[in-house]
Amino acid sequence: MAVRLPVVVRGGKELLCSRFLQLRSVSVDLNNDTPLLIDIPDALCERDKVKFTIHTKTTLNSFQKPDFSVSRQHEDFIWLHDTLVETEDYAGLIIPPVPPKPDFESPREKMHKLGEGEATMTKEEYTKMKQELEAEYLAVFKKTVQVHEIFLQRLSSHPAFSKDRNFQIFLEYDQDLSVRRKNAKEMFGGFFKNMVKSADEVLISGVKEVDEFFEQEKTFLLDYFGKIKDATAKAEKMTRSHKSMLLACTVTTPKIAELLEKLRKLEARVASDQELKLTELFRYYMRDIQAAKDLLYRRARALADYENSNKALDKARLKSKDVGQAEEHQQQCLQKFDKLSESGKKELTSFKARRVVAFRKNLIEMAELEIKHAKSNMSLLHACIEQLQSN
Amino acid sequence: MTAWEPPDSRRRSLHGYHCQAKMAEEREPPPLGDVGQADFVEVEDGEDLFVSTVTTIEQLSPTTPEPSCLPAEDISTNSNGPKQEILLDDDQEDLFAEATEEVSLDSPEREPILSDGPSPAITPVTPTVIITPRAEASMFDRSLDEDEDTEENGDTFDMQITVSDPEKVGDGMNAYMAYKVTTKTSLNLFSRNEFSVKRRFSDFLGLHSKLASKYMHIGYIVPPAPEKSIVGMTKVKVGKEDLSSAEFVEKRRSALQRYLTRTVTHPALLKDPDVIQFLENTELPRAVSTQALSGAGILRMVNKAAEAVNKMTIKMNESDAWFEEKQQQFENLDIQLRKLHASVESLVCHRKELSVNTASFAKSAAMLGNSEDHTALSRALSQLAEVEEKIDQLHQEQAYADFYLFSELLGDYVRLIAAVKGVFDQRMKTWSKWQDAQLLLQRKREAETKLQYANKPDKLQQAKDEIKEWETKVQQGERDFEQISKNIRQEVGRFEKQRVKDFKVVIIKYLESLVHTQQQLIKYWEAFLPEAKAIA
Repeated sequence: MAVRLPVVVRGGKELLCSRFLQLRSVSVDLNNDTPLLIDIPDALCERDKVKFTIHTKTTLNSFQKPDFSVSRQHEDFIWLHDTLVETEDYAGLIIPPVPPKPDFESPREKMHKLGEGEATMTKEEYTKMKQELEAEYLAVFKKTVQVHEIFLQRLSSHPAFSKDRNFQIFLEYDQDLSVRRKNAKEMFGGFFKNMVKSADEVLISGVKEVDEFFEQEKTFLLDYFGKIKDATAKAEKMTRSHKSMLLACTVTTPKIAELLEKLRKLEARVASDQELKLTELFRYYMRDIQAAKDLLYRRARALADYENSNKALDKARLKSKDVGQAEEHQQQCLQKFDKLSESGKKELTSFKARRVVAFRKNLIEMAELEIKHAKSNMSLLHACIEQLQSN
Repeated sequence: MTAWEPPDSRRRSLHGYHCQAKMAEEREPPPLGDVGQADFVEVEDGEDLFVSTVTTIEQLSPTTPEPSCLPAEDISTNSNGPKQEILLDDDQEDLFAEATEEVSLDSPEREPILSDGPSPAITPVTPTVIITPRAEASMFDRSLDEDEDTEENGDTFDMQITVSDPEKVGDGMNAYMAYKVTTKTSLNLFSRNEFSVKRRFSDFLGLHSKLASKYMHIGYIVPPAPEKSIVGMTKVKVGKEDLSSAEFVEKRRSALQRYLTRTVTHPALLKDPDVIQFLENTELPRAVSTQALSGAGILRMVNKAAEAVNKMTIKMNESDAWFEEKQQQFENLDIQLRKLHASVESLVCHRKELSVNTASFAKSAAMLGNSEDHTALSRALSQLAEVEEKIDQLHQEQAYADFYLFSELLGDYVRLIAAVKGVFDQRMKTWSKWQDAQLLLQRKREAETKLQYANKPDKLQQAKDEIKEWETKVQQGERDFEQISKNIRQEVGRFEKQRVKDFKVVIIKYLESLVHTQQQLIKYWEAFLPEAKAIA
């Protein structure tokens, strides 16, 4: 991984931070041998904005070139996600959760402190804090690139989404997407947000479920969502306290200070690896389950619509007025509902498989990392003890 | 802190720092003419905590240039002057100080050396100061004799003190904790090899108070007793059987043990009758004046305040750079240790927080596992929860280690340094007393001169008597000052060695505890891995 370190402008001013990151893609999902391969090889951080370089390799004819890259901002991802949610055709699919906004709050705070305290700190303290700051930036960076990459890879490996026109535009359009984004915002606005709000209510209360499968799924997902949300929160707390547990050592002994510094860095690595593998996993699947719930909600809405259309048809038949229209409407609703149920079933089944695989992979990786770090920790400590004893 | 058994050569040199009332020091002699040379081989880069800042003569001893014994060069960032000079200075001063000691025993040949100057310690290395071979030879002879004595007295510092079995005695506000003090020793000082007594906290304070009043003014660093805690004790008295009061009692027990061990490690204090009585006697008169809110306690506080004011008004003419340097070093060390202490305490706090958060995550993961409908994944999640619980335990234990090993040691040393500073202050007071006596003598002389012209034979005789009296006082004052200066040098040397040793032992123990934690972590995660892999 190649990292270019930020240039710290002295004088307490806000840093202009330029950073390039070469990452090997670490994805939660299986990236099959698809004709569409996407990764985010690097990203640039400028003040508030993060610009991702999206690199696509494809054998599909629908694209103009087989290998190309574009630069996208976080807002572009949101736009893409929203258009997918709003697309009727995808109502029966689990729409991959939108990646969260890059959060540089914590490193930014640190940067302020660094700038302010510069005058009062010794050279060593300053350098050390600067290193910490860079490490934190790096961690946040890694995380945000990972979630954005996963989002795109989910889309590219899905039979329906990979063919989506907007997705293609997102990958290929070599200009700024902000114009399109503005239009989208005007059109959809807060519409779907309102939908999501009442989703849980509709799921839990109202509609009588006709299908055993969906009944089970509903119960499971609602319960699981609550648990994973709680687990995510606790994992976050745990990670946070792990990170803050630093032995800020002011011991002047260079050898000992050096060792304690190494230990500290190692601890920080352990904490951030745990975060990547565990906390991020839970966070991601919490959002994914929310997306699954959204699917259930849409299906429940469709069912409600269908039932309403039935009632309307009965009324129409009673009144002998607009029966044809009502029949047609009812048919449409039924079709929509069936379509949602069918694709929903498929989606939810594959979702479960995907989840199990992802958990397995991450849990294994986390355990292996923990073991690796503990071993290096131990050898560091042994070396130090030997050195002290031989003194 | 358990008592240690230092290896042979160091032992001897430690006892070489005895300042017996009757004899000259039992010191290992410097090899003739071999001052400040290549024996100071081990130069470790600036390991402040592990480097004594005082060259000690035994390092020149022909027996072993111990590598683990402190490198002589003061490489700490605190040192003011370039290293080499300090080395030589110390040597010269130490040797010279030794010669002075001979003088005070009234060996006439030594007179010329004393009259060289008012203060025994002369900083610049001038040819006149270099010891004549004759002086060296006699010192050599003497020291050899003394060495044999030390060997007989118990070559091994074989003494182990444990404080254990805290027991609550009595009820309500008059209740107190009684601790069992067990001594195991082969030293001749004591009538038995193993014995134990029951003591309460105020007994310890009483002991310290007696030792301080006996020895601090001649320059011995008397280890400070553990601090009082009205809040802590009240909880115990009231009978609050909770975790915090159990922790408090344990903290105190451990502190008392360290206190006693430090006290008996001091060669002079070990022989003190009060100490022996404390360790041996079944019954001890109750030390009432140690109560925090007693009349005596308040008097002590007032005295402390008065002393602080006095200290500010004494402007000492420091003719000895060694003392100035040392004081500065101790100031710096004090600041460093306090900082480190604060950061260790914050570490302990954070680790405890981490432990709490890990436990709550473990519970949450268990619930998630229950909720999971995929069997293998469910089992894996439950396993994860168990692992996290165990890790939480680990964190708690580690926090305990952080605290007891590191934090308490730092606290001890912060207080010890205060005692060291106190001893330096005593030297200032002694100097001040001496100066005042000189001033008064001068006035008396002036008065006498005046009386000579006034033809009052009675008053004249009285004046002459007074002059004699004050001349003696001035001499005594000077001797006291030299004595305390000498003692302080020895004490500081001893202190530095002990500090380096203490820190090294504790840091190694602490690192070992960290190793243990990591080993456990490896064990837990390696047990978890197959479970994770088993998810189908």
